[in-house]
Amino acid sequence: MSRARSFSKLINKDNYATYSGSDSVTDISAVSLPQGTLGFRNRIINGDMRIDQRNAGASVTGYVFYTLDRWIAIQAGTTNRFSVQQNAGAVTPPVGFTNYLGVVSLSAHSLVAGDYYQIKQSIEGFNVADFDWGTANARSITVSFWVRSSLTGNFGVVVSWGSSGSNQRTYPILYSITSANTWEYKTITIPGDTTMAAGGFETGNGGGVQLRFSLGGWATSAGTSGSWAAANFQTVIGDTSVVSTNGATFYITGVQLEEGTVPTPFEHRPYGTELALCQRYYYTCSRSGYMLGRGNGTTALTDLRIPTPVPMRTSPTITDNSGTWYVIDADSYTNGTGATFSIGNFSANHLIVQVGNLTGLTDNRVGMISLFSGYSLDAEL
Amino acid sequence: MNEMNITSAQYIEDEGTNVSIQATIDGITMSVPLDPANRHYAAIMHQVKAGTLVIQPADEPEQPVGE
Repeated sequence: MSRARSFSKLINKDNYATYSGSDSVTDISAVSLPQGTLGFRNRIINGDMRIDQRNAGASVTGYVFYTLDRWIAIQAGTTNRFSVQQNAGAVTPPVGFTNYLGVVSLSAHSLVAGDYYQIKQSIEGFNVADFDWGTANARSITVSFWVRSSLTGNFGVVVSWGSSGSNQRTYPILYSITSANTWEYKTITIPGDTTMAAGGFETGNGGGVQLRFSLGGWATSAGTSGSWAAANFQTVIGDTSVVSTNGATFYITGVQLEEGTVPTPFEHRPYGTELALCQRYYYTCSRSGYMLGRGNGTTALTDLRIPTPVPMRTSPTITDNSGTWYVIDADSYTNGTGATFSIGNFSANHLIVQVGNLTGLTDNRVGMISLFSGYSLDAEL
Repeated sequence: MNEMNITSAQYIEDEGTNVSIQATIDGITMSVPLDPANRHYAAIMHQVKAGTLVIQPADEPEQPVGE
């Protein structure tokens, strides 16, 4: 038997090497490893909660709002029931991690109809297309994470998919936290869904698969643990409502969602790689410097180029971080607030933009604008 | 779709064509492209369809000086 053949027999049905002998393999050039076993196993971005471009470690609350990069908080019902902060409470993260996403309940909220509270990440369809969900070839997935709560009991996770971010097929499932204020490692394997969602499976740049960590919800938004359903479930029957205990904490990190039935160790990617993955969805620049354009009348600067560090998912929403701008052309220096932005061209590494609601420009003459506190580009799902 | 708190929305036009929407969402003023894949645009149009939001027409364009 050749060395290559014997090595291939060591790969089990879930695509992971199982050999524990003492022989060393010196030539694996002839071995073809199956898909999905090497780098970029984790379809979750910022699963170790290192990147926080928007809030830089500050506590935030609201209604529907992005927290740490790629993680959105949803408070459907009553706003401000919980806050989210990177490393809230400053506890020691699990070994191998430096950050976590911390939820703190801000009241003893009594759930009412329509309520659900959760932390969610929506995974772009391009990055889950190989799951083949909705077909006979649907692949199983495994979700793993570290969690710590001041509460104990059953908690809920919901995986959902459908057409572009919709919630047409859902798999609610319970997991247990047994010790208060102690990091626990959880793994959940979910069978591939062979039933096609009504709207199909998003495999492009829309939302393909959503992973939700429930913090509580009303009964009508809860599904039975452990089976796929053609329903818009947001939470799980029997899960613990974190928002119903004032001061309750729910901390999470090391979130991984991978193909297969075996949880592998968390995939620690280089910081620059993880940041770039986040910047496909959100990018903020703290100061723009002067950007060159052409006067279009006296109140607009056109054909202005805004660089993007990576190709963004779609045309982004543009926000002037402070609202204050400074404009220079050959004859004047003016400043003001309330610039408007219109994207004329969107490509892999830049936007071509017209900025309006300015003053002091001359038609068809070179002008420059500085956005005092920079800008943010949002192409999130 | 999770609702956003959209308190104002107005078209921005260039040479008579609507090119973006200036909106206040969750208290922040932002410029939203007319792109259905953009989550803010999708939320605006969802609320327009539901009858809970009206996008105001663009302001009258500036008359170029000397023309």
